[in-house]
Amino acid sequence: MSDEHGHRPEPLSDVERRARALEELLTEKGIVSSEFIDQVVEAYAQDVGPMNGAKVVARAWVDPEYKQRLLADGTAAIAELGFGGPEGDHIVAVENTPDVHNVVVCTLCSCYPWPVLGLPPNWYKSPPYRSRMVREPRAVLAEMGCDVPDDVEIRVWDSSAEVRYLVLPARPPGADGASEDELAGTVTRDAMIGVAR
Amino acid sequence: MDGVHDLGGMQGFGPVEVELDEPTFHGEWEARTFAVAGGALGAGGFNTPMFRHAIERMDPGHYLTSSYFEHWLTAVATLLVEAGMISRDELDARAGTFALSRPPTVAADDVQLVSGRDAPSFAVGDAVRVRDAHFAGHTRCPRYVRGRQGVIVRVEPVVPIPELEAHRNEKVLDPTYGVRFDAAELWSDAAEANAPVHVDLYERYLEAV
Repeated sequence: MSDEHGHRPEPLSDVERRARALEELLTEKGIVSSEFIDQVVEAYAQDVGPMNGAKVVARAWVDPEYKQRLLADGTAAIAELGFGGPEGDHIVAVENTPDVHNVVVCTLCSCYPWPVLGLPPNWYKSPPYRSRMVREPRAVLAEMGCDVPDDVEIRVWDSSAEVRYLVLPARPPGADGASEDELAGTVTRDAMIGVAR
Repeated sequence: MDGVHDLGGMQGFGPVEVELDEPTFHGEWEARTFAVAGGALGAGGFNTPMFRHAIERMDPGHYLTSSYFEHWLTAVATLLVEAGMISRDELDARAGTFALSRPPTVAADDVQLVSGRDAPSFAVGDAVRVRDAHFAGHTRCPRYVRGRQGVIVRVEPVVPIPELEAHRNEKVLDPTYGVRFDAAELWSDAAEANAPVHVDLYERYLEAV
C-alpha cells in the first residue's frame, strides 16, 4: 500500500475511488474538515472497543452491587466506568445464567452498543447472521462453535429501536483468585454479543 | 418498506463467515468513510432514520453485494446530492459512475403527522399483537413479527417515531417496548424449541390483544 520503499502503490479499487471522491469533495467544500475525520478515525481505532465492555463485565463479576445497578440501568452503570457516547444512550445488560443464554442481533441494520463493544465485526453485519439468528439461533450458535444445551433457553434480542444490548456472560469457574483486571482480560467480544459462552 | 434490508427470517444466505482477528476497519477507506459519514450527517442535519432509509433505498443487488461501509458511503452521498450540497456530476467526475440509492417512493406529505405519546399505555406482561402494516417508507417494524402476538417484557424509552423523522424531519414521541415472541408464533413448524425472540417495537406498531 505504501510507496515509501520504492513499491508502486496499488491501484485504487472502485469503492476506494468513490470513498476518496466523497471525502475530497466534502473537505474542499468545507462541509467536513480533515481534522474532524482524523480525530474520529483515531478515536474508534484506539479508544473504543470491546476492552471497554470487558471492564464492565469484570466489575459486575467482582462487585455484586455494581452488577445489580448494571442490570437495573445499564446506561448509568456503564457511565460510572466512564463509557458512553453514540449508540450508547439506552444500553441494557442481559445476564446469562445456568438456564438462560442471551444473544444479540439487528435484523434491520447493524445496531450495536458502540461505547462498550466498538464497531461490529463483519459477520454481525452480514445477511447470514441477520437473517438466521432470529429463526434458527441454536443452529447458528452451534455452527459458530457455541453449543447451548437444549434445556438452556436461548433469548434472542433483535435491537430494532433505541436499546442496545450487552450480554453479561457467566463468570468462568475456577477464577476465584483472579483480580478484576485479570478477569477483564478473559472477557471476549463474542461472549458479550452472545455467540460464545 | 418491505426492502432487502429487512432480513430477519430470510433463507438462502448460507453460513456465517467469521474472519479471525478481524480489524475494526478493512483498509483506510472504511475508517475514512466512517468518519466522513459522521461529519456529513451532522453538517447536513440528517437524522439517523434519514440515513437508514437512504441505505434501505439502495438497489437490492448493490445492497447485498456491498459491505457495511459501502452502504454508508452510498447513503451519505445520496443524502448530500438530494439536499443539493453536492452534485451527482461532481461525484461522477472524480470517481467514474458513483452509484447512489433510489429516490424515496414516499413523499413527506404522504406521511400523516400524528400527535405524540409521552407515557406508555402497555405494561410488562401485557399481550400485544403487531399491526400488519406495509408502509412503503422507513419503518423499524420488521416483517417477521407483523401480525404476530407477543408479550411485553420491558418498557423502554419514549423516543421519536422513525417514520416521521425519516420523511418529515419531525420529532414526535412514542413509547417503545421489548416484546417477546415464542419461536413457534414466528416460525410455526420450523421453530426451534426453547428459543424466544425479543424485538424492540414502538407503541404505534402494537395493539392490545
